[in-house]
Amino acid sequence: MSLALNDVGLIAWRSVRRTVRQPANVIAPLTFPILLLAINSNGLRAATHLPGFPTDSFVSFFLPFAFIQGALFAAMTAGTDLARDIDTGFLNRLALTPLRGTGLLVGQLGGAMAQALVQALVYLGVGLALGVHFASGVQGIFVLVVLALTVGAAWGAVGIWIALRTGSGEAVQSQFPILFFFIIISSMNLPRNLIEADWFRTAATLNPVSYMIEGLRSLIIEGWNTQALALGFGFAILGVGFAMALAALELRKRMART
Amino acid sequence: MSRGSSLTVALALTRRQVTILLKNPSLFLPPMLFPLMNFMAFAGGLSRLRHVPGFDFKGGYTSFQFVFVLLQSAAFGGVFTGFGIARDFELGFARRLLIASKHRSGIVWGYTIASLFRWSMVAVMLTIVALIAHMQVGGNGVDLFGLYALAVIVNITGLLWACGVAMRFRSVQAGPLMQTPIFTLLFLSPVYVPLHLLQGWIHAVAKLNPITYILTSGRGFISGDPIDVALAFALAFALCGGLALWALLGLKRAEQIV
Repeated sequence: MSLALNDVGLIAWRSVRRTVRQPANVIAPLTFPILLLAINSNGLRAATHLPGFPTDSFVSFFLPFAFIQGALFAAMTAGTDLARDIDTGFLNRLALTPLRGTGLLVGQLGGAMAQALVQALVYLGVGLALGVHFASGVQGIFVLVVLALTVGAAWGAVGIWIALRTGSGEAVQSQFPILFFFIIISSMNLPRNLIEADWFRTAATLNPVSYMIEGLRSLIIEGWNTQALALGFGFAILGVGFAMALAALELRKRMART
Repeated sequence: MSRGSSLTVALALTRRQVTILLKNPSLFLPPMLFPLMNFMAFAGGLSRLRHVPGFDFKGGYTSFQFVFVLLQSAAFGGVFTGFGIARDFELGFARRLLIASKHRSGIVWGYTIASLFRWSMVAVMLTIVALIAHMQVGGNGVDLFGLYALAVIVNITGLLWACGVAMRFRSVQAGPLMQTPIFTLLFLSPVYVPLHLLQGWIHAVAKLNPITYILTSGRGFISGDPIDVALAFALAFALCGGLALWALLGLKRAEQIV
């Protein structure tokens, strides 16, 4: 048991160090969501005048978007790093060691979650500096960080699965528009009940990302909404489980000991 | 036309770029998908914003957003071509091109024509999708010519900016420097609601942003109520002229490595 934990720790620590060594991997995920938050929270402020809009602060409404986009960046980093390991033959060398496949997957995921944690704390700080008030109080902030980490794990697992499936960093990066599409077709800009186009509202309702955003958002603007939190955590945990299961299948093929 | 004239160089380079583009769907599919995704997200997901008190655009929210996405696709069409220029430097092709060309300004014009070709495919696709989505077009033929003429100038402007960066850095790693200023400039304009509905610092910034007037004029064209036409074209030509100088000075810098 302690050996397995040691494996996970080593892989996670390696993943964190690789990320930190590439400034582009740190700066872009921190600045880009904040830039979009600054622009959209002002550009879309007029939406708060719509009848039924749940808050008069668009920055509070839009803050969860930063966590979701940051998680997507963490997924891209985790996936690209793992794909580079496959490309350079590092994974093949690992296959010759007693390292367990689960150790590699969980360790790699730990690296993505560490990145998501740092990002979450920065976004949280920016939100508080911009005057965002948490309706759920201090405990809500703690739960928000935990949910953001779970969402980060879900996206990270997707990135790891794509890396193992394709084995190419370029292929992982090229999936960015597809993954970003899930964020766009969600309730990120307006509550689902205020989305006018039927097809868009239906797509947002079927999209698990909407529930992740709404779970995070509920803690900021509503307080303790059990249903929103259950759906947010539920879809994030389901995402982790599903993507990790797919990743484990791909890893079994890649780490076949010959 | 002498064998080494600027036009010969430009046409030869255009032919090469177009051939590469047509043989590699991965190069033109993402730039085509991004505007379509944005159009779906903005026009579909945010259409309720037309009910915000004071929203007085006559042509409907789909055409309001179509103009922004058209201009955005034009600017980014130029930027994506800039990535190709940087890649040509990394692979050594641009160095050979500089040695072989008698009139090197033709290199800039060649990439410009290729950028226009690349974006025209996106523009056609975007227009078809917008019409399928029942976009209201109030402008006549002359108005629409004005709209697409503005977009052409924006495409050339985007290319000239990216070309200047690529010629100076000669590496794809300069990609964020090509994209980020264009992205920021575009989103610091009245993207979601008319200028008078913006509040706070973004209103002040948008008033100073030349893209605001190009966008407002484009929206005037599509609704059949042209406004700020002279100002928009003057600003567009001024940006284009300034960035042509930027690109040609970049070319001079690149020539020093030959």
